[in-house]
Amino acid sequence: MYKYDRYDQEMVDARVAEFRDQVRRRLDGSLTEDQFRPLRLQNGLYLQLHAYMLRVAVPYGTLSSAQMRMLGDIADKYDRGYGHFTTRQNIQYNWIKLEDTPDILADLASVEMHAIQTSGNCIRNISSDQYAGAAADEIVDPRPYAELLRQWSSFHPEFLTLPRKFKIAVIASETDRAAMKLHDIGIRLVRNDAGEIGARFYVGGGMGRTPMIAPLIRDFVPLDQLITYAEACLRVYNRYGRRDNKYKARIKILVHELGREEYTRQVEEEFAHLLTQGIEPPIAELERIKLYFTDPAFEAGLPDDLDLSDPDFRLWVERNTQAHRQPGYAIATVSLKPVGGIPGDASADQIRLMADLARDYSFDELRVTHAQNIVYPHVRKADLYTLWRKLDEAGLGTANLDRIGDIIACPGLDYCSLANARSIPVAQRISELFAAPEKQAAIGELKLKISGCINACGHHHAGHIGILGVDRKGVENYQLLLGGSEGADTSLGTITGPGFDEAGIVNAVEKATEVYLANKQGEERFLDTYHRIGMAPFKEALYG
Amino acid sequence: MKILTGNDLKTGAVVWWDGEGWSLHVEQAADVTDAGADLIAREEAARRVVGAYVIDGQNTADGVRPAHIKDRIRALGPTVRPDLTLKPADPQAIDWVI
Amino acid sequence: MVDVQFRFRDDDAVNDPAVTVDSFAQQSNASAVRIEPGDDARDLLPYLDRLRLIEVNFPVWTDGRGYSAARVLREAGYDGELRAVGDVLIDQLALLRRCGFDAFAPERPLDPADAEAAFTRWHNVYQATVDGRPPIWAKRHQG
Repeated sequence: MYKYDRYDQEMVDARVAEFRDQVRRRLDGSLTEDQFRPLRLQNGLYLQLHAYMLRVAVPYGTLSSAQMRMLGDIADKYDRGYGHFTTRQNIQYNWIKLEDTPDILADLASVEMHAIQTSGNCIRNISSDQYAGAAADEIVDPRPYAELLRQWSSFHPEFLTLPRKFKIAVIASETDRAAMKLHDIGIRLVRNDAGEIGARFYVGGGMGRTPMIAPLIRDFVPLDQLITYAEACLRVYNRYGRRDNKYKARIKILVHELGREEYTRQVEEEFAHLLTQGIEPPIAELERIKLYFTDPAFEAGLPDDLDLSDPDFRLWVERNTQAHRQPGYAIATVSLKPVGGIPGDASADQIRLMADLARDYSFDELRVTHAQNIVYPHVRKADLYTLWRKLDEAGLGTANLDRIGDIIACPGLDYCSLANARSIPVAQRISELFAAPEKQAAIGELKLKISGCINACGHHHAGHIGILGVDRKGVENYQLLLGGSEGADTSLGTITGPGFDEAGIVNAVEKATEVYLANKQGEERFLDTYHRIGMAPFKEALYG
Repeated sequence: MKILTGNDLKTGAVVWWDGEGWSLHVEQAADVTDAGADLIAREEAARRVVGAYVIDGQNTADGVRPAHIKDRIRALGPTVRPDLTLKPADPQAIDWVI
Repeated sequence: MVDVQFRFRDDDAVNDPAVTVDSFAQQSNASAVRIEPGDDARDLLPYLDRLRLIEVNFPVWTDGRGYSAARVLREAGYDGELRAVGDVLIDQLALLRRCGFDAFAPERPLDPADAEAAFTRWHNVYQATVDGRPPIWAKRHQG
């Protein structure tokens, strides 16, 4: 994985010093809160429901074991012994003190990490495929391109006060595991007829109040123009994105209001101009970065067979491991969704254990997924059993990946000052209701996603079943959505009808699964059956 | 009654105006009547508190309670982690929050 | 008129009154213009030869349109004074410099020591802009 050189290190060290100075000026009164807020947000520091919250960047979701261990240590030293992995592959801490924050950032910088641009109206952490570099179906590892974009977007002087936040995802396979088209810019690396790699740009997707799937605006951007094209996309947005209404300020609204053709025309015009400006790093820089993403020292000729005589292990292998492109290896996912647990939370001890196991069994590497789980990208199949045993002893062996228990949930009203309703208790009740493995097996793949407000951090629009918490006259209320998806078949869910209270929404989810099971044909997933039979039978069961 | 809340500037802790200073305990919140705006201006300028705002509260037998669920959760802590609330030893504490 | 607090030019200060972008088109003799956030800096490109001062106003510092305006002007070859005015704060100075500003007239004077620290904090930069500084990628691959 990528390693900082002295320049990268200097940049994060300078940022720590800058923020230390900003905190000093806030505490001595030179900066008002209005002046300080955007500065602290650009260092990932929110003022949340109970305290300050710090969001730490995990660039394209990739971590070393030393970095992961530091995340555990920070949880103990500065927080209350746990962290929360987010839907943007980051981690956040809920109980941070302002006066500690510069020291936390310094600790992070000591392991080549930071919290730069994890919030604020700027280009955020670049997300990617959690299986990058290991997936059997990728045409290249997308992370070097994400790293190139990370360096370009970090401290970009023109784009730190955009109309609104800006999220970029980069993938390199047909199967989209990063919800790429639900980003402000989604980039898919593709190969053209001549066999060259280039970038396909989708611009103007997003969830939130006005969910939109990003339209394609450029089929193929040559790699030696990638940064220039991204810069053109951003400049048009910075110039024309709406600033009169916070809810219409995302680029998706601009692309929608201008129309895809007109937005594209303006980008192409700006692009043609910027090509004359020499802002593109040389291909040699991309090649330099790529050297950090070469394969680990895989052993050749390892067997692919596994002893699956332990039924619990067998279930975990079936649920939580994926094909690796290297024979004898597998990709293993740690579910942070134990029955009745808090989705995405891990204790400091669990974080450190996951770090140690990465060192021992996955070439020192981990990934954070947008589904709030942790991935070991390169595990010898011969080590899977030991790995699973050690995870399971620490409460990390739950076998439910992409099943109904693998719920994405935002922190909701338990932690978030924007939320209208709690998300976590709903996730816990549903998880408990479907705790039995045979229940989950019968239902099969079902992506359930819960947001505690319309900002959609829990991706409810993209859930096969989505739940949106709203405030109805001071009382929590939950709307049910069906039919969303974030993969190759990206689609937005539809609200079933009137909302429910907490017990009612759990009951409604159960009814929806019953409708599916009663109507399922062959190998259909919940989503397939929904697409075939439509909303009516579900409505009938829910409200009839 | 009107009560005043915010976060301690340095620590971020949720605090309540008790008539003389800031308390961690909502039970001690004072009725600020129509003095909220002045108190906010003064206390924020003195950098003792950040993000202060006035909310509706009720005086109950158990003490002052915020009217809205969001502020009740702020007053106690996350409902899903009783161990991290202000009353970790009291399993009934959550009852007045939700 | 707010004073220029920081200026990174050797030529004489320009004190011509700045006109709006709209009225500039009609006032063929004006040599100073002021860009507001909603103005399109590209409207000035045909006239750069006779402009000696372009002010870019930041009514609120969080409105970042002025950064793009400044870069567009410099990219088109404008070499007169480019002055940031309005809600210009310490923590924007280095970024504004990177986008081509060479004069700063904050509506409230800034602490000189804090400003000096801000102007000199970043020894390296990741991007190529219009300030002539070699980006990190260029340093990595030079020679």
